[in-house]
Parts: sequence; structure tokens; C-alpha cells
Amino acid sequence: MPSQNDARAGWRPRHGTYWLIILPALAMLVFLYLVPLADVLVTSITDPKPGLDNYLLLFTSTSVQKTLLTTLRIAALTTFIALLLGYVVAYAMRAANSSQQRLMLFCVLLPFWISVLVRSFAWIALLSSRGPVNAGLMAWGLIDEPLPLVRNETGVLIGMVHVMLPYAVLTLYANMRGIDVRLVAAARSLGASRFQAFRMVFLPLTRPGLIGAGTLVFILSLGFYVTPALLGGGKVLMIAEYVAVQINDTLRWGLGTMLATTLMLSVLFALWALSRIIDVKRLFGA
Amino acid sequence: MVSPVAEPLVRFVNVRKSYDGTVDAVRALDLEVARSEFLTLLGPSGSGKTTTLTMLAGFEQPTEGRIFVDGEDVTDVPVEKRGIGMVFQNYALFPNMTVAENIAFPLRVRRVSRAEMTAKVARALSMVRLDGFGDRKPQQLSGGQQQRVAVARALVFEPRLILLDEPLGALDRQLREQMQYELKHLHQRLDVTMVYVTHDQVEAMTMSDRVAVFSTGTLRQVAEPRRLYEAPESLFVARFLGESNALSATVRQRDSGRCVATLMTGETVTAVMPAACATGSAVHLVVRPEKVLLGKAAQASPNRFAARIAEVTFLGDQTRLRLVVFGADDFIVKLANSAGQDSFAPGAEIDIGWQAEDCRALAE
Repeated sequence: MPSQNDARAGWRPRHGTYWLIILPALAMLVFLYLVPLADVLVTSITDPKPGLDNYLLLFTSTSVQKTLLTTLRIAALTTFIALLLGYVVAYAMRAANSSQQRLMLFCVLLPFWISVLVRSFAWIALLSSRGPVNAGLMAWGLIDEPLPLVRNETGVLIGMVHVMLPYAVLTLYANMRGIDVRLVAAARSLGASRFQAFRMVFLPLTRPGLIGAGTLVFILSLGFYVTPALLGGGKVLMIAEYVAVQINDTLRWGLGTMLATTLMLSVLFALWALSRIIDVKRLFGA
Repeated sequence: MVSPVAEPLVRFVNVRKSYDGTVDAVRALDLEVARSEFLTLLGPSGSGKTTTLTMLAGFEQPTEGRIFVDGEDVTDVPVEKRGIGMVFQNYALFPNMTVAENIAFPLRVRRVSRAEMTAKVARALSMVRLDGFGDRKPQQLSGGQQQRVAVARALVFEPRLILLDEPLGALDRQLREQMQYELKHLHQRLDVTMVYVTHDQVEAMTMSDRVAVFSTGTLRQVAEPRRLYEAPESLFVARFLGESNALSATVRQRDSGRCVATLMTGETVTAVMPAACATGSAVHLVVRPEKVLLGKAAQASPNRFAARIAEVTFLGDQTRLRLVVFGADDFIVKLANSAGQDSFAPGAEIDIGWQAEDCRALAE
């Protein structure tokens, strides 16, 4: 088989072979992903009639605006809480010895292996008015009546933070591991208290990690569907569920696809903005 | 060693440190650092020199014993309250701050006023010859410049004591030598006490008022560089500082600091004996390669032996001979090169000898 042809043509035949190998994946990507995506884009400006009427709803429809605001608020709160908790966990992981680190990493990753659906139902069971959390709090006498922890925004936040925490922890941990511990020691030797050394040296050095983890969690939070749908009890409407309702129930495909497009463009914009601030590849350990 | 006149600035009293509870990183350490002194802790890696420095800085607590600074027991004082400036091996400059902000850091945490801070930072910058570099980030500086920033940062708050942990380790040879003199001059100019850690004996010799030699957690000897070289108290010190010929021998006679010992091969040698050893005990006779006399000069010395030249190496300013003598072939002689000197050829027979005071009998 290897003929003089190959030898003469140099790298060209090999180049062609590589293309053949990725062709199935490429075809799948184009026909099952890019084409439908283009269809979504087209639908958003043609249904029910050609024009930007659907996009005008962003400025005129109160229900669309309310959904967008809810989405932004929940995503922002989720990001804030996940960063706060994730920072503490990542900091502890960094300070731990290697066997403790492995155990902590395992615990952080454990929820990844459990379906979001299962986790959501588990949270409903835990947080409902007769669930173990409320029962425990009442048994200790801390509260007299069950707290409304689920089927509302609180429930959505708890569920979403739980899902997002590993992303925050891992991103922050990757960043913190790159910080030389001797810098903190140096700060101490120069007269800084533990807190001053943290605030003036360590915290500023984790800024790229905070920005990266924050953007990642925020972007992922924007598109949440299952968790808010289940833990919100139908009262907390985020954009993904709103889109689903337009597509499945009210059949206003134009509105649904417009919101989907808006969401996608916002995410792309956020990623672009992030890439301007920090080196994304390094942040995610590439 | 103990100066009875002035109170030492630093005093280690019977300090022991063990990280794991079984092995001592440092043991039975009694060490004093005089005011305005440049003291170097010298030793191979794992000898306990860095542990000693770390305990003085306050990053580690001694397992036993006390540490005093300025007469005050600082053993339990936290790092930031000790008021000791430290220069780290990798400089540990804060990458999120400019050079000026780095140097201002110790002043900022001490809440020094802005005007005073600016003046002090400017003075520190010019002290290390980095005027005009204040607005750069540390990453934009060369290794030698970063080193100087680290020094400026350690002395800007006028600490009573500055610790330096192998600060020149990352620099190339030429820059190292230059920085050695710069640090030495800085020390003389500022009249500050410095404790310096290194594994490089030349560095220790160049800069120090006194050198403390460590091995396997034990302080072997503290002395001025010259005394350390010429009057080592142990074989380890003799070997660690410069080259030495060490011959195993048995003490036959002894009187007032001198002894006569017999080598394994039967030769008799007269030597100085700094520490009293019983007759019949095993010692190492240590002779510096440059103290060995050759040819005619050797004939007048009390210790005289016949040797054969195995190898001749020309080193520019000196010639190094490897000799076959005392049943081995690793006896080294160095002599300064001068005009009209005899030439040496491998295989030639030659007389060697040395004065009794140039040979020290050291117990193991």
C-alpha cells in the first residue's frame, strides 16, 4: 500500500487521513447541533411573522422582564453564596495534608455522580415542612413553626448552590494551589497579622480565581432548568423553564427561541468579557 | 565564644527541635549572636541551619529550650511581633504589588504615616541602588534586582535583626560574588545584626564576622572564618571548609597540647592536639594541602616522609599535586605558582613534610 505517491506528497496524505477521522464527529456536530441552533435563531426572527417583534418583547413584556430579573437575581445570589462557601472549602483543602486533600476532593466531587433530578427530590424531602431539617430545628426548640425552605426561592438557591459548589471549589482550588505559601510567611515575618497577610497578600492573589469561578457559576446558573422547576414548586420561574413552557405548552415558538437566543448570546458575551480579564485556559488548568 | 562584656542580641539556650518526635532536626543548641555581628550558619542540607533560622524568625517553635532576643524571651512570641526582617531564598516578593509597595509593606502594617512611608521607601530603594524602580512589578526585574528589593523590604522598618535564608542561591556565580560584597558593605554601613544561612563555604568566609558550622542537627563550631579554617575542632569542620588531608592514627604520647601519633602504616607524626585525647585513642591527623612542604624545605621539618607524585594539575594561580604516600594515593598538596619553580613530573620521588603546628590531631 505505501506507494511512491505517499513519499512524494510529503505530509499531505496524512493530513487528509486526520480529517477523515474527525469527520463523523464533525458531521454530528453540524447536523445535530449547529443546524438546529441556526433553526432556533431563524425561528426567533420569523415566527409568527418575520421581524424583530419577539426581541421587542424584552422591552415591553412584563412577564418576560420579570423572568429575566428572577433569573439574574437567582444566578447572582447563587454565585455569591457558592463563591463564599467554595472559597472556604478551597482554602481548607489547600492547607490540608495530601491524604486529607484526597478525601476532601472526593467529597467535593461526590455530588457530580448523582443526577440533578435525584438531588432535587432529595432536597425536597429534606427541606419540606415535615422534613428532617424542620423537624430537627423544631425539636431543638429553635423554631416554633416549620420554615418555608422549599417550593420557593430559598429552596431554589439551596439546590443550585449545591450543584454549583464543586465548580467554585475546583476553580478556586486550582488558583490557590498556584500561590506560593512562602508569600504569606513573608508577610507575617514583615509584621502582618494572620488577617492582614490574608487580606493584603493572599486575597488579592486569588482574584483571578474568584473572577473565573464567579463567571463560570453565574453562566451555568443562568440556564438552570430542573432544579428551579422542582425546588421552586412552580413559583420561581427562571428563563429555561419559561422557554420550555413557550415551546411545550403555549406553543409560542418565536418567543421561546428568542429567549433561548438571548440567553446564549449573553453567555457568549460573558465568556468573551472574561477572556479579556484573565487567561481562561490557565484558569481551568489547560 | 561567650562574650562577657556586652549582652548578646540573640541567645539560643539548649534548643532542641524535632518535627516528627523521633529525629532531632536541631539538638542541644547553645548559640549567641553579638550585636552588629554578621553571623553565618553554615552546613550541608539537613544539618539544621535552616531550622535554626526558622525558629529564630518564629515560623517554628523549639521542642525544648528558649530563644532570647535583646534579653527578651521570644520563644512564644508570634512571627509578626518579633520585629525581625527576613530575606527568603526565593525572595517572596508580592507579585500583586509594585516594588515600592513591596518595600512599603512592613511600614503599612505598622501604620506608618504616608509621608514617612514615602521617605523611607525612597531611602531604602537608594540604599540598594534601585532608585527609579519603585513603579515596576517584581516580575519585571532581574534576579539580582529582585534580591535587592527583598533586602530593602527586610531593612526598611529598621529591625534589630535581619535573617537571610540562602538569599543568593538562585543567582549565577558572578552576580553572587557581587551580591556577597554588596550585602557585606550594607551590613557595615547600617550597623545591623545579620544572621545568614548558606551551604556555600566561600560565601560564608567572604561575608561573615563569625561562622557557625552545623552537621546533622549539631552545632560543631562557631568561630571567625580564619580560625575556623586554621584551627578546626573536628574532622567535619576541617573537611567542610576547604580541602584537608586526613590520616587515621593512634595517639602514642601526649604533653601540653601536642602529641605523637602513629599512622596505620607505621610512620610517626608530631601534631597539635586541641582537645585532650587519651594515649592509645584513635585520632585523625589533619593537614591542609597548602601547609605541606616539599623537597628541601621539607627536610628541616619534624614530620618528613618520602612520597611519589601520582598526578600534577596546573590551576593557574597554583599547582595541585596528588601523591602516593602512607599506603594511599590521595594525599593532596597545593603550592602557589611562582617564577623559577621546580617542575613536577608524575612518577618522580619527592620529600614531603610539615610543621607540627600545621597538623592537628582531631578526635572523630
